[in-house]
Amino acid sequence: MKINRLNFLRVLGLTGVSLAIGKPLNASQKKSSDTEFYGILYDSTRCVGCQECEIVCAKEHGLPEPDSKDMPMAGVKRKTNENRRSVINAYETSVGEVYAKKQCMHCNEPACDAACLTQAMHKTYEGPVIWRGDKCMGCRYCMISCPFDVPKFEYQSTNPKIVKCTMCYERVKEGKIPVCAENCPAEAIVFGTRRELLKEARKRIVEDPDLYYDHIYGEQEAGGTSFLYLSPVPFEELGFKTNIQNKSYPSLTKGFISAIAPVDILLPAALLGIHEATKSNKKNTEDEL
Amino acid sequence: MRRAIYAHSEEKRENKIWPFILSELKPKGKVFTPFNIISAPIMLVGFVIIFLRFWNGIGYVTNLTQEVPWGLWIGFDVVTGVAFAGGAYVLVFLVYILNMEKYKPIARVTVLNGFLAYLFYSGALLLDLGRPLHIVNVIIGNNYGVSSVLFLVGWHFLLYMLALFLEFSPAIAEWLGARKLRKILSGMTLGAVVFGITLSVLHQSGIGALFLMAKEKIHPLWYNAYMPIMFVVSSVFGGISMVIFEGSISHKVFSDQMESDSHEKHNSILHGLSKICAACMFVYLFSLILIFAHQQNWQYLPTKMGIWYLVEVIGFVLVPMMLFYYSSRNKNILWIKIASIMTLIGIILNRMNVSIIAFRWDDAIRYVPSWKEFIVTLTIIFIEVWVFRWIVRRMPVLRKSPSWVKDSH
Repeated sequence: MKINRLNFLRVLGLTGVSLAIGKPLNASQKKSSDTEFYGILYDSTRCVGCQECEIVCAKEHGLPEPDSKDMPMAGVKRKTNENRRSVINAYETSVGEVYAKKQCMHCNEPACDAACLTQAMHKTYEGPVIWRGDKCMGCRYCMISCPFDVPKFEYQSTNPKIVKCTMCYERVKEGKIPVCAENCPAEAIVFGTRRELLKEARKRIVEDPDLYYDHIYGEQEAGGTSFLYLSPVPFEELGFKTNIQNKSYPSLTKGFISAIAPVDILLPAALLGIHEATKSNKKNTEDEL
Repeated sequence: MRRAIYAHSEEKRENKIWPFILSELKPKGKVFTPFNIISAPIMLVGFVIIFLRFWNGIGYVTNLTQEVPWGLWIGFDVVTGVAFAGGAYVLVFLVYILNMEKYKPIARVTVLNGFLAYLFYSGALLLDLGRPLHIVNVIIGNNYGVSSVLFLVGWHFLLYMLALFLEFSPAIAEWLGARKLRKILSGMTLGAVVFGITLSVLHQSGIGALFLMAKEKIHPLWYNAYMPIMFVVSSVFGGISMVIFEGSISHKVFSDQMESDSHEKHNSILHGLSKICAACMFVYLFSLILIFAHQQNWQYLPTKMGIWYLVEVIGFVLVPMMLFYYSSRNKNILWIKIASIMTLIGIILNRMNVSIIAFRWDDAIRYVPSWKEFIVTLTIIFIEVWVFRWIVRRMPVLRKSPSWVKDSH
């Protein structure tokens, strides 16, 4: 960087600011390091559709395992539901049959977390978005808000749970990696920090531009997600939603939320003022009566 | 000495109060009215369905799916019901903030209606919660989701119910003959009114804001960033229309409660209200057109949803607006009533469109409420009407306050 006057002043200014608020600034830097979230990179060019991830996921979380007839087939859209946190689907694409795994995207700024009025849906410090049953009241606002339709509800239960991928949060806390990443025989599922995974994904695209479609799904979508995808074909061919906005979803309600406090404070004052100002109306009408 | 006498009389009233309440619990009026004969069996079935809902889970009685998690119980009971209950904050604004004494005779009944609506609609909300007992988490702070719109709506709902209760409480004190209590309670009215209007504006808009994050799920003709504001504006004329509609029924059913000159007064109130409605609807319609043009929604008009949108906006906003305007100029009571009913239908259409009909309009499998959901909704409405009737027959709601209430406040 050339030292000209403008840059010199910039550096001077920054130094001054950081000296003045040095400690808090450092602290906030550490906290807002969203790129250090853990995440998962799924490479659909490597996936062979063996369903091993589905089976180990069901075992790990005490859900029914997929039976032998329930296989990924092109043209059949298998969905996650209250008994299935993760599914592999097959798609007939321009380069032949390609598989894609679908589960919670673990957004950096999740809509479900912002929607939840008891913080039962929670973006953990480590990155996984989890559901906490002791807080949830079952209002299903997370399901309304989630742009990827991830949270599923046990309608048939009297004490229903919200079911979704938790990126094996219990294991991540213990320093282990999610079962799907651990058991994938094709190494299509890689676990790591989001920053490392993005680097790895870019490297793969650069090294083999003919194999990969030049886009990392989840890098920008919904403000960035902890689950990242690589694909040989445009993502709409793999049934991905392409109308997802690049801003985070909670940003849609931020304006409204920040208007609440001013209205709560200013409106009563205005109302009392109008009341005082129009008091004479009341007297006049009483005189007429 | 004086104090002793006073204490004695207080005690005497205390002793009388319980037998009085017990005697008031008995039904007044005929038992086998057509309304009772129709509503009672429906309510019985409704109670059975509510029992089954808690015994077998929500999926047993509703048609809700993983894609459409909010159905009739939220879309109608809560989202539409709250808009209908908006009359309570509009009326107290006119009477206590703008000091328009003209509307005072209907303020109390409107507040009562609003309070009961909130009480039973939030009661209906409990039916829709998967883990209803955990609703205390919102209050005790396990945890406070302060960035959640629903958190705001929930708390403003709760506090507003308190405000409405305070606004209505002087009537209860008059019923019980508690003079001192009435004085204290009526002293709190203005505070409750100011507090209540603020809470109303925020939770009425909050209900619109609930759907802001469902950006891709709601048809672009209904989704826009201004939904919170549009929900407040429509709650003003929706609420007033409910006041007009409900008032015209009450005037027939409870004619024994009315003063002889109240009919004339009521007509003049209706003219005033219809003027306010027409003005509000004009603002609403104008904003709708601005939003429509700004979002360049022309392309959607020649579709099925586009025609449905036009039905809502022209048939049930523009037409009733013109009717309100026309009838307020020509003092035509019948057309005011017709316009209010059309407006109510328009509000139902709008709220149902946002929350159910235009929600995932492009899905292959659509959510259609089950008959059980309809019966439960009817049950909630009937319970509310029964309680309303019970109170109106006993407390000074439509009739004048007892003679010992001197200050009209």
